[in-house]
Amino acid sequence: MKTHAATQAISGIPPGKIAVWWFLASEVMLFGGLIGTYILARLGSAGWSAEAAHLSAPMAAINTFVLLTSSMTMVMAFAAVEKGDDRGLRTFLLLTILLGLAFLGIKAYEYSSHIMAGFTPSTGSFWSFYYTMTGLHALHVLAGIMINLILFLMARGRLVNGHRVELAGLYWHFVDVVWIFLFPLLYLT
Amino acid sequence: MTDSATGVAASAHATQVHHGEISFWRTYIFSTDHKMIAKQYLFLGLFMALVGGFLAYVMRWQLAFPDTAVPGFGFVGPETYNVLVTMHGTTMVFFVAMPILLGAFGNFLIPLMIGARDMAFPRLNMLSFWTLAVGSLILLSSFFVPGGAASAGWTGYPPLSARPIYTGVTWGLNLWLLAHAIEFASFLMGGVNFLTTAITMRAPGMTFFRLPLVIWQQLTAAILFLLSVGPLIAATVMLLMDRIAGTSFFVPSGGGDPLLWQHLFWFFGHPEVYVVLLPAVGFVAEVLPVFSRKPLFGYRWIIYSTITAGILSFMVWAHHMFLSGLDPRLAMPFSLTTILISVPFAILVFAMIATLWGGSIQFATPMLYALGFVAMFIVGGLTGIFNGSAPANIQVHATYFVVGHFHYTLLSGIFFGGFAGIYFWFPKMFGRMMNERLGKIHFWLTLIFFNATFFPMHLVGLGGMMRRIANPLQYEFLQSLQPINVFITISAIGLALSQLVFLLNVGWSLVAGRKAERNPWQATTLEWATPSPPPHGNFDALPVVYRGPYEYSSPEASEDWLPQDRLLVARSG
Repeated sequence: MKTHAATQAISGIPPGKIAVWWFLASEVMLFGGLIGTYILARLGSAGWSAEAAHLSAPMAAINTFVLLTSSMTMVMAFAAVEKGDDRGLRTFLLLTILLGLAFLGIKAYEYSSHIMAGFTPSTGSFWSFYYTMTGLHALHVLAGIMINLILFLMARGRLVNGHRVELAGLYWHFVDVVWIFLFPLLYLT
Repeated sequence: MTDSATGVAASAHATQVHHGEISFWRTYIFSTDHKMIAKQYLFLGLFMALVGGFLAYVMRWQLAFPDTAVPGFGFVGPETYNVLVTMHGTTMVFFVAMPILLGAFGNFLIPLMIGARDMAFPRLNMLSFWTLAVGSLILLSSFFVPGGAASAGWTGYPPLSARPIYTGVTWGLNLWLLAHAIEFASFLMGGVNFLTTAITMRAPGMTFFRLPLVIWQQLTAAILFLLSVGPLIAATVMLLMDRIAGTSFFVPSGGGDPLLWQHLFWFFGHPEVYVVLLPAVGFVAEVLPVFSRKPLFGYRWIIYSTITAGILSFMVWAHHMFLSGLDPRLAMPFSLTTILISVPFAILVFAMIATLWGGSIQFATPMLYALGFVAMFIVGGLTGIFNGSAPANIQVHATYFVVGHFHYTLLSGIFFGGFAGIYFWFPKMFGRMMNERLGKIHFWLTLIFFNATFFPMHLVGLGGMMRRIANPLQYEFLQSLQPINVFITISAIGLALSQLVFLLNVGWSLVAGRKAERNPWQATTLEWATPSPPPHGNFDALPVVYRGPYEYSSPEASEDWLPQDRLLVARSG
């Protein structure tokens, strides 16, 4: 007889984490759609590498380094909150925010130099993709900065929930991973 | 009955149940209670249905009596007709079908049927609804901006949609795109909430294979939506960039490719059909066993078929593009996957029919609608095979045959599946029974006028009438079909007027309907263990689940139904 009441099938994973993973799955499809489209369009047309040569690979390499470092400080913020180290948490959250802002600053400098050189979103297909993809990514970075800022402000006052730092970290690393795809696809090929 | 489950699962949640008095605003407007949010979705969807229905009426009048003033609207020119086509489709799919079938029923049923007190994220739930409300408002406001509302078809194909000069619509189409983006964000949040709730908040004993089928269907729909909408959001961003930043993703003169939009749109578009359809299938799967007093036939096979159909739905999108210049070598594989997808749906339909076999069938209103759904869906499914195979598709592509097919599948889901759900769960939602006599009148009128409206569309389609034309009389070869068009329009008006019976029934039942007891249909699933309507927090004590959801006429029980949460004392061993 099946009268036994089994316990809940999945109880170990907190709801917040499951929700963030589902959200990230749909984000993968969003950027996957864009990146897939870009690759197909690029394979189908010649002359794009000449356009891509106008981008500054060293600048983007520095930006990659900045974003990777910010992922590391995010991990250290989570490690700090796990140890109950409030001061460490605030420091590393602030560092993550500043590195995120630095990334956006460098990106903005890149944009303005392209535009001054006459390369706008309407210049051609490559530039359409370049501005749309990096722009959408930059918006994601901005959202991540705002999430971290909220956590930072909360950490100054009442006790911050360590679980939330982990969830914000998941999102931040995702944004980082997207850039790891964008950097070689746009700058290095 | 529910007392048997007391105590076992009285968890820490129990302390959260007893709130003090909650203010009017928190109860009815900014509520975090999943049942109130469900009702908000329901009424928003019904309101938008009036808007979409009115647009359909204006369109039908124009087709039957071209270039005469439409009563209640006025003169319709070709430009206005394009707006009508576009906004009718958009409103009905995204702002009626999804809010009612997913928003309302998903929110109402998931916590109640899995034995939870609320959704996993009640405030996110509130945010989802209000995001959708803002999206609806933006969509409605686009009617009133200079240049008028979007008129590039509900599929928004570029280059028509990519440059304002082609349609003369500027802000209308931008707002249309914005309203979509906001609607997607709303249902993304909703979908994440549905999935998280079902994964983490099931009552003790509620394993995945004891979940009622409607929950499986809602979850599959949520996953399909989450995974398919990303590329369309990307496409929406690209189209918006084309319109306002001067990029040329979809404009051939700038090196873009209009077909790209079609790929991205239909990659989403086909799963989206199942996002809307599957919940309706779920309602029918709940209703059939209750009114046949028999277990659902092939419970696991229905689940496996649903998942198979879900996976296949990502591989069929190009069947919308057979005539768009697609490489003919690609047409064959997409034909194949499309026809293949009818196999899991055939299994679904056969399982539903087999459930009826030998049952003690009661023709209550929800049952009539469920049976209506099965019958209408078979017609839609069979015409789908014509559309799916490339050679036949070339004949009927973009004709009224497709319009007829589409409404037989999707609108039968909303009409027959949705009304089965509303008549079935209305006692639980509002605590009162609906009027059976009015319900039956509503059903028969709807069934007759539905078929009278949409079946002849196949005929005019085969006669060569293209969809999205404002005036069929302009074409000599269509003039002989005009009497059929007039017949369709009269039937469509009849279909619309029949819904007044429903509105009357809802209004009358809310005020004067017989009070519903906990389990008026003598059903087995957990929502019937709660009071009607369920209070804040749903359950007196969290239920414990001992068995699957469809234990009807079980020899183990004295009655002919055995609720999921009733503990049977073993008589032997």
